[in-house]
Amino acid sequence: MLRDITLGQYYQTESVIHKLDPRVKLIATVCFIISLFVVKSWIGYVVAAVFLAAAIKLSHVPFKFMVKGMKAIVFILLITVVFNLFLTPGEVLVSVWKLRITKEGLQLAVTMAVRLSFLIVGSSIMTLTTTPNSLTDAMEKLMKPLKIFKVPVHEVAMMMSIALRFIPILLEETDKIMKAQIARGADFECGNLIKKAKAMVPLLVPLFISAFRRANDLAMAMEARCYRGGEHRTKMKPLRYAGRDRIAYAVLAGYFAVCIGIRIWL
Amino acid sequence: MGIIRTESLVFEYIRRDEEGNVEGITRAVDEVDLDVRQGDFVAILGHNGSGKSTLAKHLNAILYPTEGTVWVDGMDTTDDKELWNIRQEAGMVFQNPDNQIIGQVVEEDVGFGPENMGIPTEEIWERVEESLKAVGMYKYRKFSPNKLSGGQKQRVSIAGVIAMHPKCIILDEPTAMLDPNGRKEVVRAVRALNDVEGITVLLITHYMEEIIYADKVFVMDKGKVAMQGTPREIFSQVDKLRQLRLDVPQVTLLAYELKKNGINLPEGILTVEELTEELKRIYQQR
Amino acid sequence: MSIILDHVNYVYGGDTSLAVHALQDINLVIPDGQFIGLIGHTGSGKSTLVQHLNGLLKPTDGSIYFNGEDIHAQDYDKKKLRSKVGLVFQYPEHQLFEIDVFSDVCFGPRNLGLSKQETELRAYAALKQVGLEDDYFYQSPFDLSGGQKRRVAIAGVLAMKPDILVLDEPTAGLDPKGRDEILDQIAKLKEETGITVILVSHSMEDVAKYVERIIVMNQGSVMYDDVPREVFQHYRELEEVGLAAPQVTYIMKALHESGIPVRTDATTIAEASQEILRAMNGRTAEHGKQV
Repeated sequence: MLRDITLGQYYQTESVIHKLDPRVKLIATVCFIISLFVVKSWIGYVVAAVFLAAAIKLSHVPFKFMVKGMKAIVFILLITVVFNLFLTPGEVLVSVWKLRITKEGLQLAVTMAVRLSFLIVGSSIMTLTTTPNSLTDAMEKLMKPLKIFKVPVHEVAMMMSIALRFIPILLEETDKIMKAQIARGADFECGNLIKKAKAMVPLLVPLFISAFRRANDLAMAMEARCYRGGEHRTKMKPLRYAGRDRIAYAVLAGYFAVCIGIRIWL
Repeated sequence: MGIIRTESLVFEYIRRDEEGNVEGITRAVDEVDLDVRQGDFVAILGHNGSGKSTLAKHLNAILYPTEGTVWVDGMDTTDDKELWNIRQEAGMVFQNPDNQIIGQVVEEDVGFGPENMGIPTEEIWERVEESLKAVGMYKYRKFSPNKLSGGQKQRVSIAGVIAMHPKCIILDEPTAMLDPNGRKEVVRAVRALNDVEGITVLLITHYMEEIIYADKVFVMDKGKVAMQGTPREIFSQVDKLRQLRLDVPQVTLLAYELKKNGINLPEGILTVEELTEELKRIYQQR
Repeated sequence: MSIILDHVNYVYGGDTSLAVHALQDINLVIPDGQFIGLIGHTGSGKSTLVQHLNGLLKPTDGSIYFNGEDIHAQDYDKKKLRSKVGLVFQYPEHQLFEIDVFSDVCFGPRNLGLSKQETELRAYAALKQVGLEDDYFYQSPFDLSGGQKRRVAIAGVLAMKPDILVLDEPTAGLDPKGRDEILDQIAKLKEETGITVILVSHSMEDVAKYVERIIVMNQGSVMYDDVPREVFQHYRELEEVGLAAPQVTYIMKALHESGIPVRTDATTIAEASQEILRAMNGRTAEHGKQV
């Protein structure tokens, strides 16, 4: 069940986007999200759509695969649209029973829907084309300046990559414990909310114990392999910008300039 | 002086009850003297709770002795200045393969140790390649560890240690959670390291089949060294091993039973071939 | 009281190209009171198979009958089935969660909706059956040794009073003595209660001493299903699929080949030693006659 969520899982294939430096992709994603809030007119969204479509095309990730991963968040999208549609005051277009659809509501709902879906597709291009490890590497490198303010950048990045490594292991473990307790007559499905919450105890206690045991073992194993935080450390796969990364930055700058231009002059 | 040496090593920990009051003191390791020569294959045997894992953790400066001293290549493990040198020279492989692999790709995990040591990038790649080849896992270098079998994961862990160029590897029950095939894979890899690369090996286990090829065996019980000698010397004492909650390979046990029933076999037979040869000889004499 | 598996197939991974045929056309009858060893290497499908026996997994094709009833019929009571077919998973101590040993063992019977008194009686009986001493009953299960934890976990399943007890690798990670203790305890339990026991293992040596029937699994199919001595005769084929007969089998073959007239079908040390002594002394006796 939990494993069915494909949102943002790395999709192995060869493409220009896959080869880009993860820092470029991270910055591009952030810029793209900002641009969605910068532009206000329909022409702006068309530009954003073109940019997005180009990125999808270049990434070689099948569009179908991307959409499949989005199923999980369709619900959130719907709620946002419905709320905006019915709860925005303004000029009434249609009125059924107590529900009123206003012109402003309609506009807002459409904008929100577009923004949200662009935002999700945009960021999933990043996660689909970048391994979690290189993503954490990029974050570590980009946030390095924060070290001056005593932000433990390296440690946070290390924690993230370890968490990513252990998620599948813990999911499998959850499945196993669940089955074992069902074999002892446990019931995780029936009953009201309180009963269900209570039924989780035989699952959660062993899961936590196991997670702590693993954490303890892992800490020891890391120390035994000379791990002592970020200092003195070299990288097996250091990040280096290549020609294509510079081009990508140029394209991104161009896109961002256009968005700002649209905001100011159109 | 050997590569690893302990002198009257004692490790005690304090047991506490739920309120944190001291309940008592447990001596997990009790007056242990070890001396391991460079290039040896040493096995440490013992039942669960005999103190063998606690002992192992001293050799890599994860635990420090309560009394006595541990030297790794002449360095005292309590010497803070030498901590990272000790950990680099005495690499350690643990029991649970899932809980010691850090990387999400095999080659990244093997590179973890050298990265920590500050090795330049090009050399890390060289070391990763040679280590993965040494354990026969090179073709899996781009795999996710989650896709490997238990035996393969343990071989990756071993490669991760070799990449640090240690003089000595301590393996703390590396096969306890593996199936028979995985066990064979790992033991084969470890033997090759010892034979080919000349790395000193300390194998901690409770599987008897794994220690037949050891140069020296220590048997632990209640924190003490209860027996020591060559595998043959150890296996000739079937009754004593049983008392120590251990058993012997079926072939040794069979030879022991036959000897008890009046067949004149030598002590401590270890392999099927030996037993067959001996019995054939006796049979032809009769 | 029996389980019948009729053309059971199990495929996971669904409709994708990654689909795995974990079980292929399994036909088995497990009658009452047998002591069975289910052997196979990792990934042979043995764990998948045992999860079918108590309805945790549903076959993609084929049927399973418990006492003549199809366990996947619409109105079949799965909970009752799970109490009748007790399944002890690998490393069962990893499911312990209660504050003391006794409460943890009560979890199973309590889920069956039994009265408090009946629950406690069963828990007590189960803990006795696995040979745990009273002193430990009110300790936290997490303070026990590995072997003791495992006994508690097995008691947790026994307390549901199953007719069939399935143990998935009950000795994994234990030292030799701990392994023998657990297996002896299970054999004793079998003797006393007549319960059907299915022992899942990848070690022939461990099960040879105890079981009366061995089912060998390979790549999702049943490869052999026979008494131990017959199964071990196929030691070459077993090796090819990553299994091995007990060392005793190899010894007897080697002796036979070297010209000592021993029968080669001994499966335990005791049998082998008897047979070798017979052969060795037999020869001396003959020799004596000739002189």
